[in-house]
Amino acid sequence: MSTMTFGRAITAGLRRAMDEDPKVILMGEDIGKLGGVFRITDGLQKDFGPHRVMDSPLAEAGIMGTAVGMAYRGYRPVVEIQFDGFIYPAFDQIVCQVAKLHYRTQGAVKMPITVRVPFGGGIGSPEHHSESPEAYFTHTSGLRVVSVSNPQDAYTMIQQAIACDDPVLYFEPKRRYHVKGEVDEGVDPAASDMGAARVVAEGTDVTLVTYGPLVPTARDAAVAASDDGISIEVIDLRSLAPIDFATVEASVRKTGRLVVTHEAAQSGGLGAEIAASITERCFDYLEHAPVRVTGFDIPYPYSKLEFHHLPDLDRILDGVDRALRRPNSLSGLDRPDSSQGAGQ
Amino acid sequence: MAQDGTRPGPGSTGGIDDAGPATGTVLPGPARPGADDLVQLIDSHGVRHPHAHYDALVADIDGPALQKLYEDMVVVRRIDAEATALQRQGELALWPPLLGQEAAQIGSGRALRSDDFVFSSYRENAVAYCRGVDLSDILRVWRGNASSGWDPYTINMATPQVIIGAQTLHATGYAMGIINDGDDAVAVAYFGDGATSQGDVNESMVFAASYQAPVIFFCQNNHWAISEPVGLQAHVPIARRAPGFGIPSVRVDGNDVLACLAVTREALARARSGGGPTFIEAVTYRMGPHTTADDPTRYRDANELEDWAARDPLARLAALLDSLGLLEAEYTDSVKATADAVAAELRQGCLSMPEPAPSDVFKHVYSTPNSWLDRQQDHYERYLASFAQAPQEGPR
Repeated sequence: MSTMTFGRAITAGLRRAMDEDPKVILMGEDIGKLGGVFRITDGLQKDFGPHRVMDSPLAEAGIMGTAVGMAYRGYRPVVEIQFDGFIYPAFDQIVCQVAKLHYRTQGAVKMPITVRVPFGGGIGSPEHHSESPEAYFTHTSGLRVVSVSNPQDAYTMIQQAIACDDPVLYFEPKRRYHVKGEVDEGVDPAASDMGAARVVAEGTDVTLVTYGPLVPTARDAAVAASDDGISIEVIDLRSLAPIDFATVEASVRKTGRLVVTHEAAQSGGLGAEIAASITERCFDYLEHAPVRVTGFDIPYPYSKLEFHHLPDLDRILDGVDRALRRPNSLSGLDRPDSSQGAGQ
Repeated sequence: MAQDGTRPGPGSTGGIDDAGPATGTVLPGPARPGADDLVQLIDSHGVRHPHAHYDALVADIDGPALQKLYEDMVVVRRIDAEATALQRQGELALWPPLLGQEAAQIGSGRALRSDDFVFSSYRENAVAYCRGVDLSDILRVWRGNASSGWDPYTINMATPQVIIGAQTLHATGYAMGIINDGDDAVAVAYFGDGATSQGDVNESMVFAASYQAPVIFFCQNNHWAISEPVGLQAHVPIARRAPGFGIPSVRVDGNDVLACLAVTREALARARSGGGPTFIEAVTYRMGPHTTADDPTRYRDANELEDWAARDPLARLAALLDSLGLLEAEYTDSVKATADAVAAELRQGCLSMPEPAPSDVFKHVYSTPNSWLDRQQDHYERYLASFAQAPQEGPR
């Protein structure tokens, strides 16, 4: 065990994957000498050379399309998209090529491409630097989508993503890059399942589902709620496509209540998919309609307003109160259950 | 050729620079008036013109080799006609004819080594033929029996790309992999004049130049992107764009199979020796519709088609062979017999293609188990099974 930051854990995971498989190559903007704008690839070009850590021209479609060609040739490209909001030029290549080539070729061509995406807000950046575009990709068949919430998962899951024969979108919560944690570098990535959700705090009254940057917030909410005698079970999804619904369902059967929280906009988001799927699977066990606590359906706001947009501990607890029919921000409305989607 | 001051605008097909039979004297490539940059070894009358640079690249193409190139073109034209007939007979949903582009595809396709790798659009059926594709595999997509026809690694050719220009990046990335491997294979991207407007094509040239990737950009300028003339895509000859990216380029008479072979060989040699990418603009003409669903009479003049019919790639090689005494009846009969046999094999392969099973719809979406899809497949199979349990009334 050693203590390292979230960012260093990803670096260590990349290094180990490159050590173990010479076909693993990194592609992206500023990832060479600079080590990436977040320094996640720091030192890797020096150690592995410019043919394995390739600074790319500033063209995201070009990076993704050439990664497809490298994968055709037998490589396992790890592409760094510099910021979440810069991924859209590559969208066509991801959706039409990366996601579909295995299906198109009836399994003949594999696309073991990992796309690393620093995502989410909370760092005071200008437009296009704080987005949460994960639902675009969870809606695209052929892709796997994961998001990591702690240094150990960051270290292990980057290796699992690279080893996966399917393309993986790997969403890194950039505001947690500097959080430190214990990392066991001896762990065998093949020994665990990248697709499995994890119960990070056990509870009995409400199931609180989240991923990525809001996992620590959700844990804090669970601790705070316990002061009021409310027992929250927190689930870190880890995999967003596919979602491990069996773990969520087992929890909701126990608690009877579901709250989902994410930074991404609400409409058509993962919260909707989780609410619908859990309602389909265990409607008879629900004591209350699923509650969503999410970002608003707005372009990501300028930084002085971003904490009004981002779910925080208090907004999550307000959602928990709604699920428990305790006094909450919507108390007194005629039909609180049907209007709860409007604001949060 | 339309040049400075007389550039074609939208509505013009622009850049038609093989003056053809109307101009009388046809001179060798670089010296030809009005076509100073178009490489041509066989003119539209079938006259072979010496060329100071390119002759050496095709010095091995003797009479029998010319006859083989002619046979290739006859066969792929026959494949094209048979596939069009199959579409008209309801056996194919759609077919994209290559009629008129045989020389560009055979000339370049026959220059390649088996370990080179082709990334093409959906019209390069003659290139696939050169790569040794099983004939019926060409039709699987168009019959609706699969999303692609073959395993790319068996013939080192990716299956047809429908997103315009996307494959140029794949070819470039593949070529970057060749560099990393220390290999001397070459990746070849085939695309059309319309694709040159796409960002992907322009980005691929940036990447190819920056990494000096061993890739050939083989642009078949067939003058039409469905109904849009090339003048809407480019205001200068397309090949002139490449030097701006730092990529040498050449314009070749795309209806001259020998010239196409020569320029492709030169580009391959450059790539294999570490010289990086080459851009080839093969100036040709799509004599048929974009696909069998298209009606070109709505947007182009019959006169234009006639002009290009006079520059037909097969007719000019036949004329050359005839002038060399290589077009005797025994030879042409055997070529026709070969083409007919290939067409019969194609038709038989089409009609005997196995139907996909309903559960195939779920196959190969992922290479690893996927809980979402597994659940949907399970439910759908139960749904289908429910018909068997209640055959008279269906599932409800």
